[in-house]
Amino acid sequence: MSAEAAKKFVTETPVEEIERVKEWINTEEYKEKNFAREALVVNPAHACQPLGAQMVATAFDGCLPFVHGSQGCASYFRSTFSRHFREPAAATCDAMTEDGAVFGGQNNLFEGLENAYALYKPKMLAVYTTCMPEVIGDDLTAFIRNAKQNGHVPEELPIPYSNTPSFNGTHIHGYDAMLKAILENLTEGKSIEGKCTGKLNLIPGFDGNTGNVREYKRIFEEMEIPYTVLADTSEVFDSVCDGTYRLYAGGTKLEDAAESINGKATISLQKYSTLTTMKFIEEQYTGEKMTLPMPFGIKKTDEFLMKLSELFGKPIPATLKAERGRAVDALTDAHQYLHGKKFAVFGDPDYLFGIVSFLLEMGAIPYHILCSRTNKKFEKEMKALLAASPFGATSKIYINKDLWHMRSLLVTDPVDGMIGDTHGKWAARDAKVPLFRIGFPIIDRVNLHRSPVVGYQGAVNMLTMIANKFLDIKDETCEDQWFEMMR
Amino acid sequence: MAERKPVPGITKESTEKLIRETLAEMPAKAAKKRAPHLGANEPSASPCAVKSNKKVVPGVMSQRGCAYAGAKGVVWGPIRDMVHVSHGPVGCGVYSWGTRRNLMQGIPGVTSFPMDFTSDFQERDIVYGGDKKLEKLLQEADELFPLNKGMSILSECPVGLIGDDINAVAKKMESELGKLVVPCNCEGFRGVSQSLGHHISNDSIRDHIIGKFEFREPVGPYDIALIGDYNIGGDVWAAKPILEEIGLNVKSVWTGDGEVEKIGATHQVKLNLIHCYRSMNYMCKVMEEKWGIPWLEYNFFGPTKIEESLRAIAALFDETIQEKAELVIAKYKPMMQAVLDEYKPRLEGKTAMLFVGGLRPRHTIGAYEDLGIQITGAGYEFAHQDDYDRTAPEMAKGTLIYDDVSEFELEKFVEELRPDLVGSGIKEKYVFQKSGIPFRQMHSWDYSGPYHGYEGFKIFARDIDMAINSPTWKLVKAPF
Repeated sequence: MSAEAAKKFVTETPVEEIERVKEWINTEEYKEKNFAREALVVNPAHACQPLGAQMVATAFDGCLPFVHGSQGCASYFRSTFSRHFREPAAATCDAMTEDGAVFGGQNNLFEGLENAYALYKPKMLAVYTTCMPEVIGDDLTAFIRNAKQNGHVPEELPIPYSNTPSFNGTHIHGYDAMLKAILENLTEGKSIEGKCTGKLNLIPGFDGNTGNVREYKRIFEEMEIPYTVLADTSEVFDSVCDGTYRLYAGGTKLEDAAESINGKATISLQKYSTLTTMKFIEEQYTGEKMTLPMPFGIKKTDEFLMKLSELFGKPIPATLKAERGRAVDALTDAHQYLHGKKFAVFGDPDYLFGIVSFLLEMGAIPYHILCSRTNKKFEKEMKALLAASPFGATSKIYINKDLWHMRSLLVTDPVDGMIGDTHGKWAARDAKVPLFRIGFPIIDRVNLHRSPVVGYQGAVNMLTMIANKFLDIKDETCEDQWFEMMR
Repeated sequence: MAERKPVPGITKESTEKLIRETLAEMPAKAAKKRAPHLGANEPSASPCAVKSNKKVVPGVMSQRGCAYAGAKGVVWGPIRDMVHVSHGPVGCGVYSWGTRRNLMQGIPGVTSFPMDFTSDFQERDIVYGGDKKLEKLLQEADELFPLNKGMSILSECPVGLIGDDINAVAKKMESELGKLVVPCNCEGFRGVSQSLGHHISNDSIRDHIIGKFEFREPVGPYDIALIGDYNIGGDVWAAKPILEEIGLNVKSVWTGDGEVEKIGATHQVKLNLIHCYRSMNYMCKVMEEKWGIPWLEYNFFGPTKIEESLRAIAALFDETIQEKAELVIAKYKPMMQAVLDEYKPRLEGKTAMLFVGGLRPRHTIGAYEDLGIQITGAGYEFAHQDDYDRTAPEMAKGTLIYDDVSEFELEKFVEELRPDLVGSGIKEKYVFQKSGIPFRQMHSWDYSGPYHGYEGFKIFARDIDMAINSPTWKLVKAPF
């Protein structure tokens, strides 16, 4: 349309037409068209790599996350974490602009590292990239070596770095890349033949729930197992309000991370977000190494505790056994509110395995299972998990689909509830089902990141949230003659 | 305008000392670059003392966003009946999805699109280019969302770097689909902040939208448009009724709860009222030059500024409008007095520091002052010289002005000036709350609002009182 083209009048879409489309987007026919999409992504449930890298970087004590690339990216990551955790999320950036695109980002990196070090006095700077330097091919290895050689930062300052292009993988891959880079950097030369710290290295994976990390730590303390969490978000993203702002509010100590190479055992609780990290650990670390499922629900928690007991030769204490008993009591007492209920579930791969196994354990049906970016391997493993329970018989798995696909599923093949992060709220509203917020980010409810969903306590928390919401709905929507005192 | 009374304890000398001490802790090169951006206010100075709209100093922890954020998040996103495509990798669209609070009417996915549309670039798109994918994506979007009135293509960083031609794709698809398809080359690395994204978006509107449509009904003498109000927390819905009450017809809004065809017919109005000068002055000037439409800045924060603005607006029309404006002012006076009676006694004598985007520090000062709060420091993420020139007379002599302030600097300034409230953004919020300093997010109205107009001032006053006087602040220090 050129500027000289005939002018058009402002139009009003006829009401009948609006009604027609409103109905149409809820139909099978629309669903088919929607699923036939090849290029357009609508409402994806995943973010980009550097976000995950920043989560890891933040979780090391005294580490300042450093974005090599465009300034806007850094602000987006910081805002996302601050909205979710309602906490400060410091990160700096070397703010590359057009000239960086032409000449490369080395000068920005030099100046950025120098200023960040002088102003914020970090013990470590963790560098990760945005799209821009990835597209133009910046060589971080050389840049950082040059920065040290030219005296912009001290030679001894650890500056691990990872390439985290946003056009590849998701936030969980950025988590993996940054964690591997940090461990590689800090453990270099620290491996001592025959030395064993006797400690457990626990890798929680990309987890927006600081309560989960606290729960793991509490279990280790109950079992008297010495541990290092790699990397520990629980203090820095759940810090105290006492009148003093701390730029570095805790996290994994760098010396503990360095010593982790001589640990007694290393456990990752998220397979899909630690693949390369665990490969590195397999090759370099001493002791036993393994990846276990996240301990969602009773059975997975049992397996986790038994594995800990086996690895460290410590009995599972009576306190934890009693905790299990109370959790099972809660689950049996309330089973009737979840049994046979259908759920739509979306999120990151490892979270999905956890939520699905909890639902199966309750006799609930994880009906639509959607992961917005993953692979066939995930699908295969999820199938195996579902095949092990009669409650998984009708489940369907959707990989590399988005939340607009999910909406079509919800309106054509309904469920009772949806589980996932805040981004699901539009689809849940259209389908008139409750959204149970488990995952990342949760930017429209308070404190859920403090309430663990793993371990026995996590199972009780999830059950309480889900069952009581169904009962609230019943009380709020039933006709008068069905409104009653007890539920 | 009468000069502000000085703030006790703040003088030009004390402020300059604070700036000197802060700069002294920075590396020499960074201090040299930052020094011109910090200053003590001189209300009558022209031009204002601080430099602005320069590159971020690497590593200092700026709060700025990028051109894409200024384009997608600010200008385009609020247009409710268009599909806005975040063209490139997945992140930008996800982070800017629903995080600005530009509320809109309509049926989501049917007549309005408060969603995230993206091409979710993969490695192969970087290698082979994304133009073909973009074409297909636009077809798919039009098929699945047939009531859209147009589409915008918002480029992310890689698109400009790999040499894609979104302009050619847009042109082709516009003729194929018979709908507006507007390219916007707003890659995040362009310019120094969100600001260039605003400008590029204004240019896209100039080249592709304005003048393409006409209102069906005849043009009237009281037809106006609201420019640069993005309906944050419902601000447009609080401002528009006041203008209608004084007898004006608001024909289109740029771009809060906006409709693209009405935006395209705005060249027919008699007056453009501009709220966010920073992000949309460009198009006001274009409309003035090309169609002779005058424009006027207005400010609907707090009763003092509302009254000033209503009188200034009415003065551009005939007596009917002027009489109605006086009637409206008189009508709301008791309501505003009731708000002041309730909150002012608890807020009188308090101080606040502000750091927001390109407009709100200067625009909200009046509302704070109506409540008896003095502003001791103000600055902008992405303002230009003309914004600071408009700010200086609104601040007391010697108060602190900071441009693109770093976290390091702002912490020092707040620590020294100890305001009773900091009004800034999500990234700053928890830093100050941890220090026990009350805070309100001034980009998003902290999930509240509207703050505009008479209705908005009631909410603003309640929120500021709630922030400063919450009993929770008294719990911060443990008694043991």
